[in-house]
Amino acid sequence: MSAISLKVNGRTYDLDVDPETPLLYVLTDDLALRGPKFGCGLGQCGACAVIIEGEAIRSCITPVSTAAGFQITTLEGLGSPENPHPIQKAFIDQQVFQCGTCSSGIIMTAKAFLDQNPKATKGEIEQALDSVICRCFVQYRAMNAISQYQGGLA
Amino acid sequence: MTSNKTIQPTYTTDALDALEKAGLSRRTFLKGTGAMIVGFSTVSAAGLLSPGEAAAAGAPLQGSTDRRDQLDSWIAILHDGTILAYAGKSELGTGMFTVQSQLVAEYLEVPLSRVKLTICDTALCPDQGTTSGSQSHPTNFNHRNRSLMTAAATAFHELKNLAAAKFGVTVDDLVVVNGVIIVKNDATKNVTYGELVGGKVFNLQLDSSIKIKGPKEWKILGTSVPRYDIPDIVTGRLEYARDVRVPGMVYGQVVRPPRVDAKVVSVDESSVADIPGLVKVVVKNSFVGVVAEKRYQAIRASERLKVEWTQGLHLPNQATFYDWMLQQPRTNSRVADSLDVDEKLASAAKVIQATYLYPYNMHGSLGASAAVADVKENSATVWSPTQSVYGAQRSTLAVLLGIPQENIRVIWRMGSGCYGLNGADAVSFDAALLSQAVGRPVMVQLTRKDEMAWENYGTPYVHKNQLGLDAAGNIIAWDSESWTAGKGSRPSGGSPYNVVTGNLAGFEVPAFNPSTGPGNISTSTGNGSNHVPSYIAFVKANGRAYIGTVTSERITTHGIRSPFWTGPLRSPNRLQNTFAHECVIDEAAAYAKVDPVEYRLRHIIDDDPLTGVTNAGNSGVSGTRMKDCIKLAAEKFGWEHRASPKAGNPKTGVVTGQAMAACLYEGHNGYCAVAAEVEVNQDTGVVNILRMAIASDSGPVSNPNGIANQNEGGALQGMSRALGEEVTWDHEKITSIDWITYPTWKFSNGVPDISNHQINRTDGQPAKGSGEVSISVMAAVLANGIFDATGVRIREGHFSPAKVLAALKAS
Repeated sequence: MSAISLKVNGRTYDLDVDPETPLLYVLTDDLALRGPKFGCGLGQCGACAVIIEGEAIRSCITPVSTAAGFQITTLEGLGSPENPHPIQKAFIDQQVFQCGTCSSGIIMTAKAFLDQNPKATKGEIEQALDSVICRCFVQYRAMNAISQYQGGLA
Repeated sequence: MTSNKTIQPTYTTDALDALEKAGLSRRTFLKGTGAMIVGFSTVSAAGLLSPGEAAAAGAPLQGSTDRRDQLDSWIAILHDGTILAYAGKSELGTGMFTVQSQLVAEYLEVPLSRVKLTICDTALCPDQGTTSGSQSHPTNFNHRNRSLMTAAATAFHELKNLAAAKFGVTVDDLVVVNGVIIVKNDATKNVTYGELVGGKVFNLQLDSSIKIKGPKEWKILGTSVPRYDIPDIVTGRLEYARDVRVPGMVYGQVVRPPRVDAKVVSVDESSVADIPGLVKVVVKNSFVGVVAEKRYQAIRASERLKVEWTQGLHLPNQATFYDWMLQQPRTNSRVADSLDVDEKLASAAKVIQATYLYPYNMHGSLGASAAVADVKENSATVWSPTQSVYGAQRSTLAVLLGIPQENIRVIWRMGSGCYGLNGADAVSFDAALLSQAVGRPVMVQLTRKDEMAWENYGTPYVHKNQLGLDAAGNIIAWDSESWTAGKGSRPSGGSPYNVVTGNLAGFEVPAFNPSTGPGNISTSTGNGSNHVPSYIAFVKANGRAYIGTVTSERITTHGIRSPFWTGPLRSPNRLQNTFAHECVIDEAAAYAKVDPVEYRLRHIIDDDPLTGVTNAGNSGVSGTRMKDCIKLAAEKFGWEHRASPKAGNPKTGVVTGQAMAACLYEGHNGYCAVAAEVEVNQDTGVVNILRMAIASDSGPVSNPNGIANQNEGGALQGMSRALGEEVTWDHEKITSIDWITYPTWKFSNGVPDISNHQINRTDGQPAKGSGEVSISVMAAVLANGIFDATGVRIREGHFSPAKVLAALKAS
């Protein structure tokens, strides 16, 4: 165990954890966050995605020690049900999700990509989401929501 | 599949001990095959109040399960007019929570915001069985005994009676506006529901004879009310089972066998003794787990624990598995036999013979299954993402834990989309067994490998078809014989061995019991597994019972024992059967050089054009509704009316074709047709759907946007399964254990355009299922599209690039 300072959703947490612990378990177990989810533990599916310094990162394969000191954002940090972030609002408007396990994967990955590539084509967005999996298969609706968000970026 | 009535299962002493502790002798257990222990507790024994009684007493709400005929088990009204409703159909990501709330608001005529619904908590909610089989709409949206619709309507009727008595008028003199009952000609006389019955019990039986309004009068149902949970999902607020936190909770991980059917020989606890935070190594027969203070400690311990296992089963060679299936001891079932099929085939102008093969698929939930259990000396609480808090969970937990089921509370919490029997039930048992062993609340989340290697897979199929055609190319005889493999299913108190955990904990799967004869010809007109194609008449002694024109029919099915666990996977058996039927009819249409849409329509009978009454006998199903879906999908798609394959496509490069497939789900539970444009890259073997039109008819539409989401997701899920999903194994173990070895369709394959068309039946037709209709046709859509584009018929699912290339080369 060792002392680690973690900046999550605008707050700083001083924690005493095994530095090799995947960031995901610290977020869900020590900080009781519900946005990032355990899907595979292998970095293959995106369910655990968080945004660190503008990049969508797989928290299930990221040791907590390597995330220390950086700004980490989860779905909770983007917005609230009362005041959702525009990309969250787009996903509400389009009624995208079924079970919602893929919500961090799709929203965080799309946001990080579009914020850097606001004029990306449909094909480029699909490629950016290449390793984001949804097994309820809401991809059609997700693309509509992403398009709505992208429209607001212009 | 398996018949075990004459087989005595063998249980370990631990298992028998647990049975005794649960208050069940072994004899009673076996004799009752579970029935003895799934009976409901009495209110007095459990010491529980119904929701209505609890509301009246101002007590924390506790409910009973044995009084489902009592209105107070479903609806309670508080002083402030809040409607508390309790239902037993779960939210699996389909929107059922929202739409059940709509139902209560609609039939009590209150604003939606006033309804507070609780679902699937054994301490509060009526037992409505398993949330499965596209039964949530039929169960709760049709007016009948023990439905939420009947409960709300009974309450509404009683409220009006009470108001009429209060004001000395008849119910016809009353009008209801937003939960206020008003005397029509004297608005000063009015009373709210809360004033009438707030905090009191109704003490009434549900009345399924009450006349209620039909879908034409719906104001809240039939509209696209947004789902309640989506704002919480997108902002990370929703509590899933994996998010449940209980004071004192620790983390468990299971250690599954390394090979199929391997059993524990020994466990070396010293191998993990130095792991910080380790609470305990738990071994119960071949069930092995570790518990630690923190999750990562438990994961490390589970990876490092040294366990010696037996070798286990030598698995059949996957390369020749379908041949192996045909050689196994089997059960025989004759679903239909008009006894003239051989004769008709012999006299047919042409016989089309085709064998269709479909592999094991998995549910492959995106989130690894997770649950939390808090097991005490003689009681337990389990937070589970199960489809069945009562049957699968509570009754099985009683047997596994040795605790009387009335002392067990199972509370549903949202899980990863399950699409059937994924790891949700097994992981709930894992958590409970570990919690019992350590005496503390335990959370377990499976690893990706444990989720994928040990879930109950969708069944593989071998499907032989022979179609006899007359000189005009029309079908005059249909012979269908299929083989499938099964082991296990949903668990219950009578069958804890149906999923991996119960088996590992000591409950042996009963021996397979093959048939000794050909089986009697079924008299049932049911078609629960879609064994019967839409195009046969299903002629019985009392006349036709299905919507097809083909009266010479033979449908034979066989079951064999699967080496792997199997269980319901979205559209169980129906996807596989529909694949075979909807492809072989395309083969017949191509032989006859007839447009596949026209060919389907000519083999389905119309309802009586004057009366609108179905001509499919007393089955109540409608050929016209099936045909309407086919026509609508074709029209919205812009179908080219021509024979398949498409003329003029080159033999290299990228080509496109059109495809149609349709089905009547479960023979009666929802109509659907899909038309699609399919693209085939003949150089790489990559297949895509560019666009599709879905037409469905599930009776009255409760929430159009919700059903559209089901249709879209089902279609894409069916496409993913057909484009490359296949459970794989070597000589001893499952090898499809992550998203590399079990590939799923992704965004980067290119998201097709989807147009969705629901036929809304507001004319008194009952509500039907909508969760599994579109997925059922998709494997056939792809195979038919590949054929139309390339002229090559692929009869073995799936259609991965390698398999498509191989088929193209072989042609």
